[in-house]
Amino acid sequence: MTAGNANTDPQEIFDDKVAREIRIEPKDWMPDKYRQTLIRQISQHAHSEIVGMLPEGNWITRAPTLRRKATLIAKVQDEAGHGLYLYSAAETLNISRDEMLAQLHSGKAKYSSIFNYPTLTWADIGAIGWLVDGAAIMNQVPLCRASYGPYARAMVRICKEESFHQRQGFEILLTLSRGSSPQRHMCQDAINRWWWPSVMMFGPSDDQSPHSAQSMAWKIKRFSNDELRQKFVDVCAEQVKLLGMTLPDKDLQWNATTEHYDFGPINWQEFWDVVNGNGPCNRERLEARVKAHEEGQWVRDAAIAFAAKQNDSIRKKNTADVAA
Amino acid sequence: MSQPETSAREWPLWEIFIRSRQGLDHKHVGSLHAADAAMAIENARDVYTRRMEGVSIWVVESRHIHASNPEEAESLYDPATDKVYRHPTFYDLPDALKHM
Repeated sequence: MTAGNANTDPQEIFDDKVAREIRIEPKDWMPDKYRQTLIRQISQHAHSEIVGMLPEGNWITRAPTLRRKATLIAKVQDEAGHGLYLYSAAETLNISRDEMLAQLHSGKAKYSSIFNYPTLTWADIGAIGWLVDGAAIMNQVPLCRASYGPYARAMVRICKEESFHQRQGFEILLTLSRGSSPQRHMCQDAINRWWWPSVMMFGPSDDQSPHSAQSMAWKIKRFSNDELRQKFVDVCAEQVKLLGMTLPDKDLQWNATTEHYDFGPINWQEFWDVVNGNGPCNRERLEARVKAHEEGQWVRDAAIAFAAKQNDSIRKKNTADVAA
Repeated sequence: MSQPETSAREWPLWEIFIRSRQGLDHKHVGSLHAADAAMAIENARDVYTRRMEGVSIWVVESRHIHASNPEEAESLYDPATDKVYRHPTFYDLPDALKHM
């Protein structure tokens, strides 16, 4: 037995586990702020998956071929699954599913701002897969090593499934980029509209990001917002060449000294406007969510009533058997 | 039912265990909400086996799981740490000894 065994201070035990990359599990002691940070981040992530189904669901009935329709349905179904993995992970931190949904519906909890932009053409489905899912993957891969066990495990599952999403998106754009002149225009237009919102998905710059330092210290986060954003720009600046398209940034340019792409200023005013509820679709998204929840209430109630009735009849049968 | 409305209206939580293929153990994969066991199995099929991850599903209502307390880890597991003689490598035998 080691001398360290005498340590019984829960905070020290927790810090030691985080330092040694030992995952924190639901029943372990954890600082209250760590718990609250995780609940905020995981539920926000879950809400994003659920709300994220809306802009894409918009195109399921109008997908151009049966193959495109089948893959889009599978993708949207995956988003639902990802939301469910994440809600369960958050529930291990002692918050109920109903509470999280209430926070989403009241506007108290946020979801990723990117889903407050409209999907105007079929090319938007391609751009979302390539850019939005691409940015999400960049963010999510490091979360597979997050210090909280249930979150890390959910992220492993999500990342495995997410790569098909990005590939199907790029394939849509590739097909359009080799099509007729109007199709190529549609492709470039979608890239133009989705590029900057995707770059903003990594969140505020490091010097404006209030929670970042603590999250890095707790090893929930592994890379800063700006590091991940730079990585994303570097990757996309090369990938766009395969499409024969351009990214809508006149300052985008390879920098041989830093060995990264330089890029133009981000319109943070737009970012905060959308975060604060004034994006093109904020109201519509939330209304659709609340409507689906309220109109599904009778289904949830009926299922509970049916289960209770089944249990009752089993109990009565057992009692009758014992009496006989 | 005279249960308080809030707790009665949320579907109970279920823990899901999947056998990934014949011959392997069922392994815990996560949890989900469902009104009853049949619905839990159907939901588990949709949530946890969209890519042929399983050939068999177990569902157990979460309230039936009893877990050991992490704070008791020392008293539970320490008695095993000094009993290295339970492992075959503890025994010092000549290299000439074959088939053992």
